[in-house]
Amino acid sequence: MGIFDYFRQPRQKSASVAKERLQIIVARERAARGGPDYLPAMQQELLQVIRKYVKVNDDAVQMNVDREGDCEVLELNITLPDDRG
Amino acid sequence: MARIVVITSGKGGVGKTTTSAAIATGLALRGHKTAVIDFDVGLRNLDLIMGCERRVVYDFVNVINGDANLKQALIRDKRADNLYILPASQTRDKDALTQDGVERVLNELSEDFEYIICDSPAGIERGALMAAYFADEAIVVTNPEVSSVRDSDRILGILASKTRQVEQGGEPIQGRLLLTRYAAERAARGEMLSIEDVGEILAIDLLGVIPESQAVLNASNAGQPVVLDEESDAGQAYQDAVDRFLGEERPLRFVDVPKKGFFGRLFGG
Ligand SMILES: Nc1ncnc2c1ncn2[C@@H]1O[C@H](COP(=O)(O)OP(=O)(O)OP(=O)(O)O)[C@@H](O)[C@H]1O
Ligand SMILES: [Mg+2]
Repeated sequence: MGIFDYFRQPRQKSASVAKERLQIIVARERAARGGPDYLPAMQQELLQVIRKYVKVNDDAVQMNVDREGDCEVLELNITLPDDRG
Repeated sequence: MARIVVITSGKGGVGKTTTSAAIATGLALRGHKTAVIDFDVGLRNLDLIMGCERRVVYDFVNVINGDANLKQALIRDKRADNLYILPASQTRDKDALTQDGVERVLNELSEDFEYIICDSPAGIERGALMAAYFADEAIVVTNPEVSSVRDSDRILGILASKTRQVEQGGEPIQGRLLLTRYAAERAARGEMLSIEDVGEILAIDLLGVIPESQAVLNASNAGQPVVLDEESDAGQAYQDAVDRFLGEERPLRFVDVPKKGFFGRLFGG
């Protein structure tokens, strides 16, 4: 690829990358907002419990609170490492 | 009863103090009796931006603690008759701003002011929470940059839940967006989030757009709120924001890219 081709490539503009990233993170943080105050503490404790059995990263436990009518649904995602230790 | 307005952002250094000084001065120049309070305990700066740093005798915490009364602590602005400044304390005690104390001071100010502008510190610690707690409305200062936008959204969450008005069963307070340090050319080139991008993400009303401007540094060097620099783009943009704040309609200015000449078009991309 010659230098002119490089400049002709329609590169994605940095502002649109920024916008996409923001839309995702802001949506995620809004979902967690309104959730009960004990969530972060619970998240930490769950992490410790899991670590008794497997070695996981700090962000292995993800939580999300959704409201469906009168119901609150707590979604819990635990990411395990590839090589189960 | 005064209207209490918090100028907030979450992220530091985005232009809260610049905006507090500009909005307070603008309101006072339009005849509204206005007090502007520096909530940044330990990092007093509003006095410098307002050019009254050498006249500070007592501060906000002195009044809360009863070491001075409000009359002694309020500094009367030399340019606008209706404008008074209450400086922050330089104490390192972050708990100095008690909720009761802040409420007492705001209640007393409410008796003879029309507007109380609260210059929030950055972050979401006590000072920022206290600046927001008693507010009737909020101006959220945001730069067109990812971390500032994210932090503004965080602050909007706090405004929606942690204010007196909400705790007493009232409506969440209205936050309006003031996009500052905006560079129209960079946004047009796709190098900076545009007004529309930020508006779409935060989904709140737009109070104004303040361009990135050399005039802001000139103003802070001189201790003159930039709104007084009527020749400058930033000064005029702040004037427009004050007018909109008071319910007037003003078109956005300084948001379009100036037309380019032939070479500009050729190389500007
Ligand atoms: N529109 C603008 N154009 C250029 N520079 C600006 C503009 N607005 C603010 N600045 C500069 O940005 C810096 C931070 O401004 P300011 O002190 O008002 O921010 P702040 O949000 O109050 O900061 P802090 O969080 O530390 O209280 C200052 O140097 C100021 O001159
Ligand atoms: Mg400040």
